[in-house]
Amino acid sequence: MSEPRQTLSVFVNDRPRALGQPATLLGLMAEMGLSGTKGVAAAVNGEVVPRDAWDARGLAERDRVLVIRATQGG
Amino acid sequence: MSNTPLVIAGVSFTSRLFLGTGKFSSGEAMARSLEASGTEMVTVALGRIRTDGESDDILGHLDRRRYRLLPNTSGTRNAREAVLAAQLAREALETNWLKLEIHPDPKYLMPDPVETLEATALLAARGFVVLAYVHADPVLCKRLEEAGAAAVMPLGSPIGSGLGLESRAFLQIIIAQSRVPVVVDAGLGAPSHAAAALEMGADAVLVNTAIAAAEDPVGMAAAFRLGVEAGRAAREAGLAAGRESARADATSPLTAFLGEEAR
Repeated sequence: MSEPRQTLSVFVNDRPRALGQPATLLGLMAEMGLSGTKGVAAAVNGEVVPRDAWDARGLAERDRVLVIRATQGG
Repeated sequence: MSNTPLVIAGVSFTSRLFLGTGKFSSGEAMARSLEASGTEMVTVALGRIRTDGESDDILGHLDRRRYRLLPNTSGTRNAREAVLAAQLAREALETNWLKLEIHPDPKYLMPDPVETLEATALLAARGFVVLAYVHADPVLCKRLEEAGAAAVMPLGSPIGSGLGLESRAFLQIIIAQSRVPVVVDAGLGAPSHAAAALEMGADAVLVNTAIAAAEDPVGMAAAFRLGVEAGRAAREAGLAAGRESARADATSPLTAFLGEEAR
């Protein structure tokens, strides 16, 4: 695994977050401790990315990532 | 006591009581209440993951072999957002069932009929089983049915109000006309309200606040179970007194009025 040399900034649930390059959605989810969590889903720039495509989904500067999970509700 | 199962989109339910999972004091209280209610379908919301790592683990308290999950689209303000929420829900929870609720104003959580109708058509075309949460509007409910809704969920009274079946006259028309199941959602404050809805011919009810915010949620869940069972049994047994026919008379002018509008 190569050392990240520079960072890029994305938005995760509207909050800025710096990621090492190259960045993938799987890498981000792993960093957030969610890569193996059930009941979680993610979208990048308004498009849902299925779990099995997280690894292939590269992230670019200013991408907007939405990460959700099930919670209490009526 | 007769017990005809409820069928939605080909899936049978013995219990006609659906539960929301909001407002419970703990996951444990929720799990025990669900059990006492006898429910087979529970709603969950979708929430943004908090980036500080704090989050509740609702799925850990829900036995999915026992309860079908019905994710809702709460928090969406228009059809476009609801479609994204639906796709996220399908991905997160591996179900294509959906309680479609679109409310632009968080104060009263009033469902937006225009956006809900549009989203229903879009989602039904994408293979979702859509249960649409709407005002008790008979015309809208027919339109939703035509757009592909698997069930309609008209509200009895404002959500969380506990006022009961304030929309009774309109619910009766909806029930009389509907070819898809009618689930009365929102505003039911007591088991008697749930019983009345089932007596009237509603196919099921969805209850959350009245149980979750009760002094004893488990006891109230059991009470709602009895209310729903009594109401359904009464419906199937056929009410003898003029109760129902009196109400049927009262709804005739409404039906005629709508007929005139259509011309």
